[in-house]
Amino acid sequence: MADEIVRRGSIKLAPENFLTETQLQEARTARRQFMAKALAMGAGVAAAVPAGSALAAAAAGAGEKEILELPEHTKGLGQPVAARAYGQPSKWEGGLQRRESPGLTRVPQASVSFCPLQGMFGIITPSGLHFERHHQGWWDIDPSKHRLMVNGLVKVPKVYTMDELMRLPQVSRIHFVECGANTGMEWGNVAVPTVQYSHGMLSCSEFTGVLLSTLLDDCGIDLKKAKVVLAEGADGSSMTRTIALDRALDDVIVAWGQNGEMLRPENGYPLRLVVPGVQGVSWVKYLRRIEVGDMPYATKDEAVHYIDLMPDGQHRQYTSIQEVKSVITTPSGGQVLLEKGFYNITGLAWSGRGRIKQVDVSFDGGRNWKAADISSVVVPKALTRFNVGWVWDGRPAILQARAVDESGHVQPSYRALRAVRGTKSIYHNNAIQSWLVRESGEVFNVQA
Amino acid sequence: MYKRKFVPLALGLMLAAAGVAAQAAPKAPAGGYGVGRPATEAEVKAWDIDVRPDFKGLPNGSGTVSRGQDVWEARCASCHGTFAESNEVFTPLVGGTTPDDSKTGHTKALATGTVPQRTTIMKVGTVSTLFDYINRAMPWNSPKSLSTDEVYSVLAYLLNLAEIIPENFVLSDKTIAEVQQRMPNRNGMTTAHGMWDIKAKPDVQGSSCMKDCPVSAEVTSRLPEFARNAHGNIAEQNRPIGPVRGADTTKPPTANAAGAAAAPAVMPTPAEPASPAAGLVGKHNCTACHAKANKVVGPSWDQVAAKYKGAEGAEDKLVAKVKAGGSGVWGAIPMPAHAQVPDAELRQMVQFVLNGAK
Repeated sequence: MADEIVRRGSIKLAPENFLTETQLQEARTARRQFMAKALAMGAGVAAAVPAGSALAAAAAGAGEKEILELPEHTKGLGQPVAARAYGQPSKWEGGLQRRESPGLTRVPQASVSFCPLQGMFGIITPSGLHFERHHQGWWDIDPSKHRLMVNGLVKVPKVYTMDELMRLPQVSRIHFVECGANTGMEWGNVAVPTVQYSHGMLSCSEFTGVLLSTLLDDCGIDLKKAKVVLAEGADGSSMTRTIALDRALDDVIVAWGQNGEMLRPENGYPLRLVVPGVQGVSWVKYLRRIEVGDMPYATKDEAVHYIDLMPDGQHRQYTSIQEVKSVITTPSGGQVLLEKGFYNITGLAWSGRGRIKQVDVSFDGGRNWKAADISSVVVPKALTRFNVGWVWDGRPAILQARAVDESGHVQPSYRALRAVRGTKSIYHNNAIQSWLVRESGEVFNVQA
Repeated sequence: MYKRKFVPLALGLMLAAAGVAAQAAPKAPAGGYGVGRPATEAEVKAWDIDVRPDFKGLPNGSGTVSRGQDVWEARCASCHGTFAESNEVFTPLVGGTTPDDSKTGHTKALATGTVPQRTTIMKVGTVSTLFDYINRAMPWNSPKSLSTDEVYSVLAYLLNLAEIIPENFVLSDKTIAEVQQRMPNRNGMTTAHGMWDIKAKPDVQGSSCMKDCPVSAEVTSRLPEFARNAHGNIAEQNRPIGPVRGADTTKPPTANAAGAAAAPAVMPTPAEPASPAAGLVGKHNCTACHAKANKVVGPSWDQVAAKYKGAEGAEDKLVAKVKAGGSGVWGAIPMPAHAQVPDAELRQMVQFVLNGAK
């Protein structure tokens, strides 16, 4: 490379921006030498240099190129407005994408893509990174031709257009959606390397729509006979799921909005069901029909799939609620801590039974716990962000998080969970996750 | 002073009231909202196709095992295998049950764990589920294209393969209840759990211990070394800035050493726009059976491109082949004819495949 100038103590961009082990080691050595010098001169200097900055050593000389040599973007004219009519993430953020887990499914239309939790902040999932689960491929449906029918145990079976639905009283609420099979690959043993694949069938959005109860009222639901509702999609699979009536009359939303815009096609445009606290399969996409009934329907996704095999050979049917769960997202499996010192440990907690009350974090594999800070708004049946400070001393450590919800339910360990449910359930694995930090700084998915 | 004190209090009350109102369903105006219209009988009939375990919703009709076999071979076998045993595209539908299970209503192998892969027939307890699902969602790439009698027939064939009904059984809306009494896992479901009713007690409660809690220090499970890079290079799946980097999983883990591990920062390459042909293969459902790098039902496009690399007349030959359909080159599973696809688009897609499907 023509512009390859070796300057001690700064990070040099290697070809394709890779840093070799030698180069990183150089940067660290230079930094340590500088720190020693600064300490000799007086502690005040050291304090002024932020710990954890691999570039700190540059301050020993005249300074960093990044400061001393003004870059193009400081000296030139930038892009005009509306250069991109629909904004896109920075080109530097391309590593964080929805990804498939190789070998998990064999047909891409009946598959899953996982949300990159390892690099996300706060509680809202950007719509383009929302995890996907399709049963027979996704569609981008003409909203002017989409209809919702409500029938069954109602006074008047009715049909609504999108125009009509969007005139009705609406709510906007933040809720998580988690696939019942999230973390399902890990029931028996560690199977995947990172939190994207272990917990990434999880997303959280602000959804806007009309409460299902408003529509059921509008059609004159027969509350004396009604026990359940069936939700049905308009796609080829015409996905159907039975939903408990108390859920349907409480906070279930017939939604068209997601994070301020319409639903994305992959998430059910133009209409989907939002069933707060209940597993994703019940959040029927491309929603075309609601039927009020008096018994569960035992549909394919509640009689062949989404049934939880117990050790005695019985399957639990109609398991729906996603129980209290949490996971540390940074640092997590497959990531590398750059050096010793202070780290902000951050993660997510959620419960289908309501609000998160407390999150505890352990750095010694569950021997001792400390309460983390709840750092986001705390909304029922929504992701909740927690943070806690940790000084890594360079020795191996096992990081865990454990959540408690407002019903008093405490997230269980693998041992406790397996003692009751065995290892073949596939669904509803809400066990405490362990991340092993090795001396090298590399983090591994382990079960302890 | 009076005003100053009053304002926050009033605001507080308003917020509290709003908080309550947000959870309650809105009240409709007298006379309703005036939106929506009654569904016609024909409309309800067109969409209300669900069949319940008590057979409410089951359409009148019938089918035989032998007719089912014909439909099966034409419409189902390419994915599920001739005997519904195939593990190529989907998990096997049939296998793992015994005539004895039909007597007890429990698939024994589920308790003994003697059959590692659960087939559909091992799990399903309700025959209505099978009718409903075949009727609404099969065949895979052309759901809802079977007639009612074809659905009965296919289901009869499947039940015969599973040794639930004899070869001469006529499955119909009249006889299906008898079949229910022979379903191998009809007693295999339980609703005794805490995950339906939100107020139910969870079956597993964690520990609230905060200090000196009993734990086993042993790591009982970790990813085997050979799987390190099975999900691609993790370095490319992380942000190139921040407190951590993704590990370069194309290399073995760095040996433990004081200090930090190597963590190459990988700057992403901006994605190139997809070619128009990439849209066509979606539009014409090619992706139901083909993918770029891996075999799905048919060969991968990379395999096809490799086979015909540099071959004279490959493009014309493949255009004709896709149009007419056929089998033999890549195995026994036939590729259907695609007469409905315009020639120009066929050619565009064949070029796309031969040029590496990029």
